[in-house]
Amino acid sequence: MNRLEQHLRAVRDQGRKILVPFLTGGYQDRDTFVRLLLACQDAGADAVEVGIPFSDPSADGPVIQATSATALEAGTTADTVLADVAAARARGLEIPAVAMTYYNPVLAAGGPGFARRAAGAGLDGVLVVDLPAEEAGEFAPAARNAGLGTVLLVAPTTPEARIPGVLARCSGFVYCVSVAGVTGDKRPAADTVAELVARVRRHTDLPAVVGFGVHDPASARAVGAVSDGVIVGSALLRAVDGCTGGAAVAAARSFLGGLRAALDKRAGA
Amino acid sequence: MTDLQPRGHYGPFGGQYVAETLMPALIELERALDAAADDPGFRAEFRALLADYVGRPTPLTRADRLAAEFGGARIYLKREDLCHTGAHKINNTVGQVLLARRMGKRRVIAETGAGQHGVATATAAARFGLGCTVYMGAEDVRRQAPNVERMRLLGAEVVPVAAGSRTLKDAMNEAIRQWVSRVETTFYVIGSVAGPHPYPRMVRAFQRVIGDEARAQCLEAEGRLPDAVVACLGGGSNAMGIFPAFLDDPVDLVAVEAAGEGVPTGRHAAAIAAGRVGVLHGMKSYFLQDDHGQILEAHSISAGLDYPGVGPEVAELARSGRVRTAAATDAEAVAAFHRLARTEGILPALESAHALARVGDLAREKGPDGVVVLNLSGRGDKDLATVLAWDGGEGGQR
Repeated sequence: MNRLEQHLRAVRDQGRKILVPFLTGGYQDRDTFVRLLLACQDAGADAVEVGIPFSDPSADGPVIQATSATALEAGTTADTVLADVAAARARGLEIPAVAMTYYNPVLAAGGPGFARRAAGAGLDGVLVVDLPAEEAGEFAPAARNAGLGTVLLVAPTTPEARIPGVLARCSGFVYCVSVAGVTGDKRPAADTVAELVARVRRHTDLPAVVGFGVHDPASARAVGAVSDGVIVGSALLRAVDGCTGGAAVAAARSFLGGLRAALDKRAGA
Repeated sequence: MTDLQPRGHYGPFGGQYVAETLMPALIELERALDAAADDPGFRAEFRALLADYVGRPTPLTRADRLAAEFGGARIYLKREDLCHTGAHKINNTVGQVLLARRMGKRRVIAETGAGQHGVATATAAARFGLGCTVYMGAEDVRRQAPNVERMRLLGAEVVPVAAGSRTLKDAMNEAIRQWVSRVETTFYVIGSVAGPHPYPRMVRAFQRVIGDEARAQCLEAEGRLPDAVVACLGGGSNAMGIFPAFLDDPVDLVAVEAAGEGVPTGRHAAAIAAGRVGVLHGMKSYFLQDDHGQILEAHSISAGLDYPGVGPEVAELARSGRVRTAAATDAEAVAAFHRLARTEGILPALESAHALARVGDLAREKGPDGVVVLNLSGRGDKDLATVLAWDGGEGGQR
């Protein structure tokens, strides 16, 4: 079992809700990005998702589109993101890190070769948004051989009959997409999320973590109550937007601290 | 269908590279397409619309004064410029809108570059009373104002897309985002043989009438098949409209990409000549991209060819050698536009003018006994401002 899955299963089995922030790699600049990774850990995140920016992020809403464009303009590549994760590891980042990206930058970075370099840099898993189960066979074996978890999405549109096939290719955790939409777009409805997570849990005991639309302590608490935890990206990046350097790091720590407290309150209640 | 095996690959190209949220919609679409293809009622309705609404069959016009410019083979023009709305795009949008209605969808969305596919989608949606929203790069909205007005007159909502390079690829990204948000009620009408399976197959199926007609018309006029068929190539809808009827024949198939200011300048849209294998918009194919897999902006004087990729089946036909590719620059396309206007009395679309720019080479290659068929995919009225600006010196300064 890869380290990502081991760690998240352990968190869940302790009765703690999983908190996974998403950061756009190289945003706002390389140094701030490394400090933001460490801030996630300081604020009580259980893992972190690292976006490798792509020029054409068709599954992302306006916030991640904008942070991706900023990062690319500053010269961010798959390899600078891996180097930054390695730098954060050297500075004490211990929580698992999952690369989240699109397939084209992965292909350009060498496909299987990218998987090996990612593992070497201290990544623990990979989620390629535009590799659904049908196409996962092209990259998932290389990722698994490199020791990476291969996270797949389950969406509200996914019929139950598809779920076993998706899960057969999925490891680390199941990324449950709370709403049919793009990142940061709509607000999830608690009953829809509960129904989705229940559908997933009928087929696996992998941690079921919910992303898309979790934006504040209240929504984190509501979604966490019916799942194993939450992923938060656009709202975190929005909280960071408008300040730079140390202030941005402080903003991230404060925002995530609020989510952590909300999740913990629910878990202890 | 729960085996979740890869579908819709053409050699190493094609596939379904989309987020999970869209996969069920693609599976639903494929089932509906298969059912429609097996339904004589659907096929008859499609044929009737092509005849009575689009205006098919379009003629195959012998172009002797154009051919005389080159002194080689006889040249025939497949007159898609005479279709309703002025281009071949309507063949496909009528088919997809019929399918959308059959699937019970009340609303269609589309991406558009120059606006031709947007106009064709708005037209078909109006004909069947479906809501229509068209996503168009903000830069294209500015450059193609008359087509924006046409779409609005047809009852469509036109949404300018301010992200990225503000052109066709960004419009397609936004259409995908909007589709994912309303996937249960909305049908996405893609305009080229591009995108995830089953779109390339579906668009080819609705466009292949071009080649089926042209093949029969050439046999009628010449008593034999042509020696070569030539079409311009952006995403590939008009090329994959005319080529399939000839794939099993001893006929040269030539696709002409947009070389923009010249392939060596980097300012072009020649994805096969200068692109690398990658994944965008749901398909694996050739794309213009940098060493890190970031998609590059395409450039062509023709907005309809201004796309950094190409459909997967065309990519495979080029890779296998069945389709030969060539390229024509902006300047060559404008020269070919003028040549056809003056020799045949036809203003071609700047897209089609790229094929016209290479037809002389083919005519000379095939010699005086040869026959060449060219897909004249659209008419050039929409391009008057562009051509006049070029002639006024703007083109020379770029």
